[in-house]
Amino acid sequence: MFSEWKFAAKDIAEKPDLFTSGHRACAGCASATVLRLIMKATMGPTIVTTATGCMEVASTIYPYTSWKIPWIHTAFENAAANASGIEAALKILKKKGRIPQEQVDVIAFAGDGGTYDIGIQALSGAVERGHDFLYVLYDNEAYMNTGIQRSGGTPLGASTTTSPAGTVMPGKLEPKKPITEIIVAHNIPYAATASPYYWRDLIAKARKGIEVNGPAFLHVFAPCPRGWRSDISKSIELSCLAVETCVFPLWEAINGEYQLSAPSKAIALKPERKKPVREYLQMQGRFRHLFTPKFEKVIDEIQRITDERWQRLLKKCSMALN
Amino acid sequence: MTTQEKVWKEIPMAGVCWKPSTQYLTGDWKTYKPIRDLEKCTRCVLCVLFCPDGAIHWKPEKEDIEFDFNFCKGCGICANECPVDAIEMKLAEET
Repeated sequence: MFSEWKFAAKDIAEKPDLFTSGHRACAGCASATVLRLIMKATMGPTIVTTATGCMEVASTIYPYTSWKIPWIHTAFENAAANASGIEAALKILKKKGRIPQEQVDVIAFAGDGGTYDIGIQALSGAVERGHDFLYVLYDNEAYMNTGIQRSGGTPLGASTTTSPAGTVMPGKLEPKKPITEIIVAHNIPYAATASPYYWRDLIAKARKGIEVNGPAFLHVFAPCPRGWRSDISKSIELSCLAVETCVFPLWEAINGEYQLSAPSKAIALKPERKKPVREYLQMQGRFRHLFTPKFEKVIDEIQRITDERWQRLLKKCSMALN
Repeated sequence: MTTQEKVWKEIPMAGVCWKPSTQYLTGDWKTYKPIRDLEKCTRCVLCVLFCPDGAIHWKPEKEDIEFDFNFCKGCGICANECPVDAIEMKLAEET
């Protein structure tokens, strides 16, 4: 139960990893940290399904597997369909008395490509049918596994191999799709955003998502040094800066009621703590072209969109400051 | 690290992976190696939580942390996130 859960750093560090070492994610991959931390939030029997993506490819290169628990992968688009199938099968097996377990948790992991673009129909359907599972979106903001192609999750101005920055184009022209709001609109019992830097918040949200009766959605920010052209040691620092600049605010929606989580609430109460997006952008090579005189305006545009979304979120959380 | 041990008839059904990845050592990927200053370290275990490779272990019986260089890819997240700067990245060849 949530109330019995220990959140002290040493209790969490002591728990054995269910997503083990030896996976072949790049050095400095924050998605691997996210998966490790979320797997530490599990108690009792768990089944994991993963959509095609970095973490599927890196964790199960034949004949090696990094998962210490039952794990299944079928195709790119159907992590949520898989999870609903597993949940339905467990329900009938329990009814017929074929399995002794009282409760088996189902977790689906998918990247931003497998959620924003390819997997959204399966996810939408699974949430609408109300299956009891936790869907974790680890968002590295492009198709990193196949070579950094743009996805619906890529932010405005980012240079990727299919939206390259050049003399005319300033990288991607469209802002990021607000996926978590789209999922909240499905009347989901629990949806939240999280960042690995705030690990206690991330694990608490994963635990809440597992325990909630019905579908839960967790959107986790996961910097990718390879695709973002950032320093490999700065991945976790970037996930902190994204929250501090309000590029990726932390909030949760319980039965559609929005509320800000502690790190973002601190910024809402003291707006002078909010950092300019420039600080976040200059650490990443994918935004390097924005710091030339020609594309300077794009930074102002990113700041405007970030502020607009932040204000809209504050209104939803009834925290708007006049 | 050969995968030629089994012919196709002996491969498990649906190509299920049968070896734990802890047998695949990723430690030789690194260029830099984290070196910890035992005096400065406060054992806050933040590095254990943030390590993407699970290469830092908390040993409660010893009240100390331990690096597993068989898996450390040398990313330097531990050195960057250490609140007291107790970890320094040094070239792996020199240590």
